[in-house]
Amino acid sequence: MTEPHRAALREAAADGVSCDGLVVSQNENGYTFETPATRHEGLSKEAFDAVAADHPWLVSNWDYWQSLDDPARRAFLRDLEGADGTSVATRYETLSDGLSTEWGELHITAAITETGERTYRVCHVTDAGVNAETLASYTDPLDARDIAKRDADGRYRPLKTAPTLAGGWEFVSLSGRDLLRTVDFFYPATVANWYRERESELDVTHFRETAERQTGIYDIIDELPVEAVEWVAEACCVDSQCLKRREWDEDAETPLSVPRGEGEFPCREPCSLVVAAARKWTKLEQESEQTYELTLTESEFEQLGELVEAVSEGRVAEIREADVYDGANRYRARYLRAKRLTDGRFER
Amino acid sequence: MKALVIAAHGSHLNAESSTPTFAHADTIRAAGVFDEVREAFWKEEPSFREVIRTLESDEVYVVPLFISEGYFTEQVIPRELRLAGWDVADWDSDGLSATHVTLTSEDTGKTVHYCGPVGTHESMTDVIIRRAESVTGDPEVGPDFGLAVVGHGTERNANSAKAIHYHADRIRDSGRFTEVEALFMDEEPEVDDVTDFFESEDIVVVPLFIADGFHTQEDIPEDMGLTDDYRTGYDVPATVDGHRIWYSGAVGTERLMADVILERAADAGAPVGDAVETVREATRAVGGGQ
Repeated sequence: MTEPHRAALREAAADGVSCDGLVVSQNENGYTFETPATRHEGLSKEAFDAVAADHPWLVSNWDYWQSLDDPARRAFLRDLEGADGTSVATRYETLSDGLSTEWGELHITAAITETGERTYRVCHVTDAGVNAETLASYTDPLDARDIAKRDADGRYRPLKTAPTLAGGWEFVSLSGRDLLRTVDFFYPATVANWYRERESELDVTHFRETAERQTGIYDIIDELPVEAVEWVAEACCVDSQCLKRREWDEDAETPLSVPRGEGEFPCREPCSLVVAAARKWTKLEQESEQTYELTLTESEFEQLGELVEAVSEGRVAEIREADVYDGANRYRARYLRAKRLTDGRFER
Repeated sequence: MKALVIAAHGSHLNAESSTPTFAHADTIRAAGVFDEVREAFWKEEPSFREVIRTLESDEVYVVPLFISEGYFTEQVIPRELRLAGWDVADWDSDGLSATHVTLTSEDTGKTVHYCGPVGTHESMTDVIIRRAESVTGDPEVGPDFGLAVVGHGTERNANSAKAIHYHADRIRDSGRFTEVEALFMDEEPEVDDVTDFFESEDIVVVPLFIADGFHTQEDIPEDMGLTDDYRTGYDVPATVDGHRIWYSGAVGTERLMADVILERAADAGAPVGDAVETVREATRAVGGGQ
């Protein structure tokens, strides 16, 4: 804590201060300085500064939180250090060792420097125990945009909350504001929506309403039947595909049966990827069903299921080159193609 | 606090679609005249739908990083931003003249100064010229050069062609280039026949597109005969029918685009101070495209 913090607190006394057990006020008799343990009244300016100097953590704690106006940002940062359930003294002791939280695939550590300044570090959850010297170190939140752009295999991540964030990096020495910018570049709008949900103000837009709002090439998605909306959610919106917790349904009266997910931050409406995919499925659902007669062995029939499973679970790259016991093995698929397909189509 | 939001299309498929948007945002951040600068996208995140709530600022300037007035600027962006009472008539535009309108975003209560697209701003003309300087490496390029401003062109939106003609006319009127033509991918006069429209041996071809992608990297180079197969690349300049074609790629990747974004916000009342000059200077290096 520094002298300017004390002076700022003294100046704020006229309007009254109440922050985490510190209560400060001013009247015609002088200043009042109250902590959970003590109360000083009728203080002169000099006496006030002397008392404040005896409570550096309470003063620096006040100074930090009074600098954060935005309620969502403030709530997020206070949550990181469990501020609403612990005393300043306990918190500062805990923060001196660092206090960590997970946010999606982000591992966020709040800490406090010897001079009482909050500082934050972010890394990938899988890197939480890794020697920091092996990680690429960043201090500019803007760099998060590049990290978030591609997965560990270099593939483009159009969905920021897909559980495919690459590791190998850390952001260090972030201020509270820069931590929030970093989080927002990794997971845009998640803090804002988390806070709205916490305040019971989350503005959920259900699938049907989202569909009816669409124009242009997406205008058709309101023709998607409700059972297909279930399949859309099962395909796109479960934990294995997206870290958001789905809060939208078919409409307010028609919940979907697909699990909403366990994510920390809510999904308040179908995203642009779901809308774009729904357009394709709307067109596909408009085709009439037919009965096909294919000639397959029992094993070949089973293999079709294994192929769909492997692609659906993103398991194809994991299947070993020579593991011909797996129906989705490349040689197995090529054999099936050689035997049963002509120009990429099953013979029938 | 005041924020600037750059509203761009983005892509589900192309990782580089957002790159120019990020670059221009960074240039404006460095100028330091807004408390917050944020990119927002139709196909990426933050979405138009949720970007306003990510901002601390109560006053937000939204500049669409689009070439022409039309479907996105008139329907999609105002709808997704939830601009209360939006009516395209408030822009009172002839298809080129939208400046801004001030409305409230319904879900946040914040004040949004919704601006016209970058592509129709008069300073976009300077970006096209700067692009020609960048691709030729000549800050004085113009005499004995032809310049083709290339647009997508579509029968569905007449404004698309208006923006191309507007800038081509302004450059022609300036007299800097010996010849100037407006050409199109999907309507006459077509860019396929670019060499038919110029007598100058050297022709700079600048596509009025926001980001490089399928059209600017594949279609146009192949259509003009710069290459038989875009995957093998092309020379700059490339020789076609005895002309040297200096093909610049999307104008939107030129660093000076940041200036147009700033000017759009300034026209809507944003206190940008001398940032316009700062950005013009900072982006001046020839070859400064991304």
